[in-house]
Amino acid sequence: MTVAGNMTDGAMVTIRICTGSGCAMNGSLVVADRMEKAIDDAGVSASMRVVRTGCHGLCQQGPIVVVDPSGTFYPCVNEQKAARIADSLIAGDGAISEYLFREDSDSEPILAYKDIPFNRIQQRIVLRNCGVIDPESIDDAVERGAYTSLRKALETMDPEGIIEEIDASGLRGRGGAGFSTGMKWRFTRNAPGDVKYIICNADEGDPGAFMDRSIVEGDPHTVLEGMAIAALATGAQEGYVYVRAEYPLAVKRVRLAIEQARECGFLGDRVMGSDFSFAVHVREGAGAFVCGEETALMASIEGRRGMPRPRPPFPAVSGLYAKPTCINNAETLANVAWIIGNGAEAYASIGTGTSKGTKVFALTGMVRYTGLVEVPMGITVRELVFGTGGGCATSRECKAVQIGGPSGGCLPVELFDTPIEYEALARVGAIVGSGGVVVVDESTCMVDFARYFLSFTQAESCGKCVPCRVGTKRMLEIVTRITKGEGRVGDIELLERLAQDVGRTSLCGLGQTAPNPVLTTLRYFREEYEEHINERRCRAGACNELSTFVIDNELCKGCGACKKHCPALAITGEIKGMHEIDPDRCIKCGVCVGHCAFDAISRV
Amino acid sequence: MNDTNPIAVQLTIDGEPIQAAPGGTVLDACRAAGIHVPTLCHDPRLEPYGACRLCVVEVEGMRGYPAACTTRVADGMVITTENEVLRGLRRTVVELLLSDHKLDCLTCDNAGACALQDVAYELGVSESPFEGERHRAAALDENPLIDRDYDKCISCGRCVRICEEVQGCSVYSSTFRGFDMLPDTPFSASLLDAGCEFCGQCVSTCPVGALSNRGQRFTGRVWELQSTETTCGYCGVGCTVTFAHKDGVITGASAPLDRGVNRGNLCAKGRYGHGFVAHPDRLTTPLLRRDGKLEPASWDEAIAAVAEGIRGVVEEKGPDAIVGLASAKCTNEENYAFQKMIRAGVGTNNVDHCARL
Repeated sequence: MTVAGNMTDGAMVTIRICTGSGCAMNGSLVVADRMEKAIDDAGVSASMRVVRTGCHGLCQQGPIVVVDPSGTFYPCVNEQKAARIADSLIAGDGAISEYLFREDSDSEPILAYKDIPFNRIQQRIVLRNCGVIDPESIDDAVERGAYTSLRKALETMDPEGIIEEIDASGLRGRGGAGFSTGMKWRFTRNAPGDVKYIICNADEGDPGAFMDRSIVEGDPHTVLEGMAIAALATGAQEGYVYVRAEYPLAVKRVRLAIEQARECGFLGDRVMGSDFSFAVHVREGAGAFVCGEETALMASIEGRRGMPRPRPPFPAVSGLYAKPTCINNAETLANVAWIIGNGAEAYASIGTGTSKGTKVFALTGMVRYTGLVEVPMGITVRELVFGTGGGCATSRECKAVQIGGPSGGCLPVELFDTPIEYEALARVGAIVGSGGVVVVDESTCMVDFARYFLSFTQAESCGKCVPCRVGTKRMLEIVTRITKGEGRVGDIELLERLAQDVGRTSLCGLGQTAPNPVLTTLRYFREEYEEHINERRCRAGACNELSTFVIDNELCKGCGACKKHCPALAITGEIKGMHEIDPDRCIKCGVCVGHCAFDAISRV
Repeated sequence: MNDTNPIAVQLTIDGEPIQAAPGGTVLDACRAAGIHVPTLCHDPRLEPYGACRLCVVEVEGMRGYPAACTTRVADGMVITTENEVLRGLRRTVVELLLSDHKLDCLTCDNAGACALQDVAYELGVSESPFEGERHRAAALDENPLIDRDYDKCISCGRCVRICEEVQGCSVYSSTFRGFDMLPDTPFSASLLDAGCEFCGQCVSTCPVGALSNRGQRFTGRVWELQSTETTCGYCGVGCTVTFAHKDGVITGASAPLDRGVNRGNLCAKGRYGHGFVAHPDRLTTPLLRRDGKLEPASWDEAIAAVAEGIRGVVEEKGPDAIVGLASAKCTNEENYAFQKMIRAGVGTNNVDHCARL
């Protein structure tokens, strides 16, 4: 069965296949090869082409294929589907209905990518070209307007005017702290010195975050254009893109983009024939979360161990090689060209009071649609999780959301009407942060959840200052013993005091925010801590030491599947007879649950 | 009074008006004004670092609790160095440090001179409410001079920094991350293999007993030692050196931080080269060769013998048959007197100095 949608009336058919890291790992490169071959074989390359794009957003449904001009969306495309889609396009048929996206197996198919629920409240400014252009082709980018804002800035604006425009847009740093970008640029501009630097911070290290990665992979030119405009405004001549080595595709694409932009005269000496020169270098981070902290990042560029130093002096006054340095997050810079092109007013009309524009989030966890989303500031957490994310992916109730990664806070469902704004989130103990959002349901233990983030920050602490080096370790040990059922009376109070002191005395943002997951779970889920300590009980059944698996004899049919698969030989019973789990032998791996066809095994 | 000093900045510290030198830190200003702020990672020989967080203070208009050692003074600053909140924060820091510190104060040579002991005493922290993993490993390094005991290390980075910033040797570096961060040599090599020159500067800056002088082990408790300040006899620099001694035997050498040309620094010879003082081979009286045999003599006898010898040569061969060679161990003044003696006394310009060779 086919439905209308691919009829093109002779217009160029463009097949946009996501080749971002996620889709590529799911096989999108094979899909692209297959489609290109079909087009070649059919000799229709004059009217049909494949564009290998960056991230479309709905990573969970990858590999993603979107066919323009109709915008037809095919999720989860494999080689076989690719062949059939290509054939139907070449034949001029309509969209293949059974391949289209459906909310549920029995709901109507949705044809266009823009119409799926995941995209309804999204507004793509930063990601305007992601999933549209081939990030390895500067021609594609230029066709979509890349470097026109730089030309506008060069030809019609002076540095002060550029800064005023950014200031008026209300753009704030998207890396976590939310400092005014215009103000940062002005500080750098006003700092005395002939040599100044621009740094793009793409050292995204939060677990579950892939905003910067997708931006650099999907539209490197908008980041470079933002850097060039920042350089023009601040008086910098050189720039560095600091991107983690674990993002090989991002590294490759930004290197290629720099090369292409230089050849086209958008970077390098005398940009676009003007007096302005700007060279950009790439530095690969060696996988230290702390190098996302600006002073540690600069130490790393200089070839030293990535350890933060106290501020002031701020980088705007004394930064890289002790020169005035403007350091912005990749997403912040990706907003700049749009603002210069469309005007501050257009940008400031999006969002709320002190939080303007859009924010990109990496939506992950127990949510139906995981992926990369860009939403206007000011929408509520509920709209993000239930509107964009489609709600809980499991049959269980949604319990909480961790916003802002390991430095962020954990908000319970009752606070889901909190608007996503810098100040509103700070009031409830969370942060916008870099934009990692992890949704959890009732099967997640909040103590264990806090323990996970703490184990990350402790391992990633640079170890320089005492509160972060030893304090987060001792916090982790207290939380760990609580999850093991070894918590003691007084542990909650001790943990709370320590968490507060670590936050107050740590040298840099890593240590200052590392206690946030603990502090917010203590604030909103204190009873779970208390149950672990006082009742030796984990209500989520997630803490191994506090739960056992039992077989419900009413439901058990005696098939023996659990016994057969138990790696610890902990299950006894005869076929068609009662089966039992020996709690002393059980290693609580949960394999039996997965093999029981009758839902007879549960964790209590 | 400095009331009219136009370049000083005006501060208010704990309610008192204080003048401070511009460009300095809040800690400098406090110390200059005699206000005590506890520190562990601070050493005036090193760049401000801000790692131990003990010197946290409150500054009006500044967010949080800035470290006094890394915060520059500014005119009009209002600083609080002591209150219940600050005391609580400092206590937590000390409690955390003690939770990963081998409390070996009974036999530790640094007991009595230990900065961690001092702050624990000052803040009344007798035990830590925190427990958990500890670092337990002394470095296996069989050199005769420097002992590294990581059980006691508080990772303040002073050894790393003094080796890099003052000595330019970078034998140590911070290794690993998180709780595992410790100063170490590259690939945990021995100090000798890591290029160490054994100046002992790291030992001199270590605030606890993690780095210690092997030669000093069990030679006396800090409070039993007497100290004598003198000028180092090794070279013409004339470093101020303080010898610790007990029962007439030198046990170690250090240098005061606040005076002398060396301001707390010493080289390998100055710090460790005092074994000769009590060595049985050491000459304690001049020897004169009589009938082919060296025999003890008085200084008057010895000097008379030298003078007689010189006079004899000059009379027989003329003054240019004499050459005077001075030692770099002599001071400028001694060298001046020596060349004067050769030129004016003996009558020749044949005088030179080993440092010129």
